[in-house]
Formats: sequence, structure tokens, C-alpha cells
Amino acid sequence: MAWFRRTKKNIETQDKKEFDEGHWIKCPKCDEIMHKTQWENNFYLCTKCDYHFRIGSEEYFKIIFDEGEYKEFDKKVTSLDPLEFVDTKKYKDRINETIKKTGLYDAIRNTTGKINGKQCVISAMDFKFIGGSIGSVVGEKIARAAQKAIKEKCPYIIISKSGGARMMEAAISLMQLAKTSAWLARLGENGLPYISVITDPTTGGASASFAMLGDIIIAEPDSLIGFAGPRVVRQATGKDLPKGFQHAEFVMEHGFLDAIVNRKDLKDKLYQLMKFMHNE
Amino acid sequence: MSKNVLEFEKPIIELEQKIEEMRNLSDSLDISNEISKLEKKVNELRTSVYKNLTRWQIVQIARHPERPYSLDYIYLMTEDFIEFHGDRNFGDDKAVVGGFANLDNKPVMIIGQQKGRDTKSNIYRNFGMMNPEGYRKALRLMKLAEKFNRPVITLIDTPGANPGMEAEERGQAEAIAKNIQEMSSLKVPIIVCIIGEGASGGAFGIGVGDRVLMFEYCWYSVISPESCSSILFRSWDYKEQAAEALKLTAQDLVEHKIVDRIVPEPEGGAHRNHKQAAEFLKDAILEELKLLEKISPDKFLDLRIKKYGAMGYWEG
Repeated sequence: MAWFRRTKKNIETQDKKEFDEGHWIKCPKCDEIMHKTQWENNFYLCTKCDYHFRIGSEEYFKIIFDEGEYKEFDKKVTSLDPLEFVDTKKYKDRINETIKKTGLYDAIRNTTGKINGKQCVISAMDFKFIGGSIGSVVGEKIARAAQKAIKEKCPYIIISKSGGARMMEAAISLMQLAKTSAWLARLGENGLPYISVITDPTTGGASASFAMLGDIIIAEPDSLIGFAGPRVVRQATGKDLPKGFQHAEFVMEHGFLDAIVNRKDLKDKLYQLMKFMHNE
Repeated sequence: MSKNVLEFEKPIIELEQKIEEMRNLSDSLDISNEISKLEKKVNELRTSVYKNLTRWQIVQIARHPERPYSLDYIYLMTEDFIEFHGDRNFGDDKAVVGGFANLDNKPVMIIGQQKGRDTKSNIYRNFGMMNPEGYRKALRLMKLAEKFNRPVITLIDTPGANPGMEAEERGQAEAIAKNIQEMSSLKVPIIVCIIGEGASGGAFGIGVGDRVLMFEYCWYSVISPESCSSILFRSWDYKEQAAEALKLTAQDLVEHKIVDRIVPEPEGGAHRNHKQAAEFLKDAILEELKLLEKISPDKFLDLRIKKYGAMGYWEG
């Protein structure tokens, strides 16, 4: 037994917020304080340490598409409540409240647009919609987006950010893993590339389906990527987790990521990758 | 009385034992009238208890430590089973077994999650919690079946995929994702049978198929009632409530077309009569296989993607 074993847990950030209010932003990693405009112009990265703040689908679309222009499709697909699920709240109410609060209809948005002139279909997830959880709508929208890419003969990109399957749709949400995976297989049979972009955090059902099925899988630096979340692993094993466990660098080291890409380079890297795998 | 008796089973089993004792006495006494009266009573009691099981009670039956496990079913249902080991890459996962066997003289590939009966065998089997190499072993065997055109039968009984550190290091998520995708386009019929617990991605990693059969007293969902309770209610005490909310029984899942067929269990549950449970399952599998064999390969692949494509409830 070590003499100086740590008995208390390190202080750590409990919940990372997607946005801070006001004009000034503080980096949770290095405490740098920057102005909001400066931060926005820097791809929502810390100007000092490159810390990748969590952002939503809208920000990704603005960063990636030429002139930030895109067409959204299947926007208003919303979830029904087949199980009439109730926990501390009714699922139906939870959805309606979240729609009102976020202006989003579910945890994923489908778009088409151009990256450096190259046409593609992109789906991007929003963590603020019930933890980016995967239910009927995420399944259906990925299926439709893959079909759209097949129809338009263009590459497909999913930007994942999800806690996993949506508990309130129970086994039905589990089935979405097969639905999305099957359609991605069809996309592949059509000779079209699928690029998976994994962002912080991507765990559970997302990583156990579409996020890990890319022809190319890239991730943003330091993103949490895993099947079981770190809390579950810690509970199950009763051990402290090694530093960096389940972070993008760790996952790449173990052979499950093609590359880690800084958000500043994301657009150009996606363009290059599409060009390598796909002719107009 | 066996120490593995569930609370709601107790009155039934006590009555059954009483009848047994009276039978032993009946050589010297004529009490056949009393015996048949008691038998009637126990039957009525059993019917009423099992008709009104709560979802949490069904979860308990699904976890009963005397329930038949995959290897029990394999030996009871098939002949000439040869177990194949390893994923040809990392190792052999003992939480899953698989190999060729003859089912009513038909060669099939049968793969099942395997729990242990006691502490020692449970540690050996890792409580039926598979590691990435287990999913890769299962996939290797499915591909073998595809190559030689043999149907695949999978048996699901797991409290979940192994949530350990090594599992994460070796790509648990990737292994499950790949299985789900490959199973969605495997060119031979797949019959999935839920024989106990079906917990989340750990179960679904060998759970995509043309026909999904489920025993009467099993559960299948995206999360166990305990974990669901701890996440949604921040306490483990709401597991009964969580089980109800998750709608995780065979009856519930048939309604949502996630399960195609409910396989009946022997009176009082599969653990009361392994042989009969295996017979019920075998009959159901054979019937389904016969139907699937009539469909041409490219057609059933289309049907499979249509089936999963239709799953979910949305508007717009």
C-alpha cells in the first residue's frame, strides 16, 4: 500500500455549461477570461489554451458550412410518447418544455449545404435537448438524412454529442441503434462516405452505434468518448480511473479513432476527407 | 425448501410441499380426496399469482438463479453441439458461448450469453457480462454461419455489457456498434431469443434479427430498473416504479413490435421445469425457421431493414 494515497477526491467540474451569460467568458480549464466576441471568433475555443467549449448544432453549422449557409430539412419531427413515461415529470411535458426552452424540436438537426463548394448532408446533435439522448426522432432523422445523402449522391457527416439512448422511450430507443446502423450500412453499399465527428461527450447508445461506425472517425480534442460513462465504470470497478481515461487521446491511443482534429481545422479536414473518398 | 424462493412463490411452493408430504402418507391412509382438493387450490393460487405479476416480479423471475441458462438450452434443444472459442484477435470471452449444433437435424449456429450458477462460476462467466472480444467472437461465428449458409440463433441473458476499464480500452462501444450493423445485413436468417435478462446495448449487441422471441417472464429494455431509478429518481428505491415505467415485459414489447412472439413458460416459470422450457423454445424456433426458410435471402434482408426502419414513434 502506498504511503500517500489520496483519500479525498480531486476537485472537478461537475457540470460543464454550454454557455455563460454576459459578455465575458471564463475558461474552465485555465481560468483565462475572454470577451464573448473574441471567443466566438475563435471557434468557441479558449484563446489561451484551446479548450473546446461545448457548443450546439447551430454553432457547428455556422463554422462548417460555406458562409454559414445551409438548408435544414425534417426540422419539425417530434417525439410521441408511446410508453406514457412518467418519472419526476411526464415525458410529454418534458419534451414540450425543452422545445420551448431551447427552440429545438429534438436532439438532432438535419442539414444540407456546401463545404468549400462540396455538397454534403450533415446531422448535428444538441446536448441541451435531454442530454442529446437518442429516441425515435434521432433514429428517424438519421435514417432520413442517410437516405437524403443516397438520393443526392453526396457524403454524410454526423456530429455526435450524446449521453446515449433516451430512457423515456426505453426499448424503443434501443431499437434506434439498429435503425441508424442499418441505414449507414446502406449508405456504404452505395459507395458514399460517412464521416463521424465525435464531440464532448459521446457515450452509451451513440458510441455503440453511429458514432463508432464512420468510414473515418474523428474527434475533437479531450472529448469524453466511451460506452459506459466514467461514473458507472468507477462504481463497477471500485477503482480510481487513470488520468485521461475515455478521453479522445486515450481512445485514439487504443486504436478507435482515426484522428483528433482541432475545431479550427474541422471544416478543412472534413473537406479533404470527403475529397479523398468521393468524386462529384 | 430451496433457498432461492421468491416472495410471491412461497405460498405456492409451501402448498406443493404439503401435497407431496400427504402423498407420502397416502400409502397408509386414504386421503386422495384431500389431496385433490389441495391440488385444485394450488392450481388456482398459481394461476391468480402468475396472472397478476407486477413488472418488478417478472424481473425477479427473469433473474431467478435456478433458471435455465444458454448452455442448458443448447444441450436440451440441440444435438452435437461443438463449442468454438475466441475472437482470433484477443482472447476467449467466457460470458458468451457459441458453436454449430443440430436443431432437429438442421445445422445451425447458436450463440448465447452465459451466466454462472454459483459465485465461482459466475466469476468465470463474469455474470454474463460480455467484453469486446465476446462481441467479436459472436460476430466471427455469425460470419462463419453466413459463409456456409446456416441460420443464426442467439440467446440473450445478460445484466449488461461489462462496464470495466479493460472493456473500454478494447472498444466496447465499437464492438457493439459493429455487431449491430453487421447483424442488420447478415445474409442468413437470425432468430433472437430472450431467455432471461436483456439489458440494453449489452443484449442488443447480439440482438438484431428477423424474428425476436421472448420468454413469458423475461425483461428487455434500455436500462435495468435499478439504474433507471438511480438516474431518474436519484435513488435505488424506486425500482418497482421504474420497472413499470420502462414497460419491459414480453407483453409490453409485443405491443410495440419489438418482440415478435412470446414463448410460454412452464407453470411457475422456466426455473421450475428446464426440460419443458427448452421444448417450448425449440418448438417456437423450429416454427419460425420454417417460415424464414421460405423467404429468399435478398427479400428477408429488405424485410429486416424495413422492420427496424419502422421502429419508433414520431410525427412530422
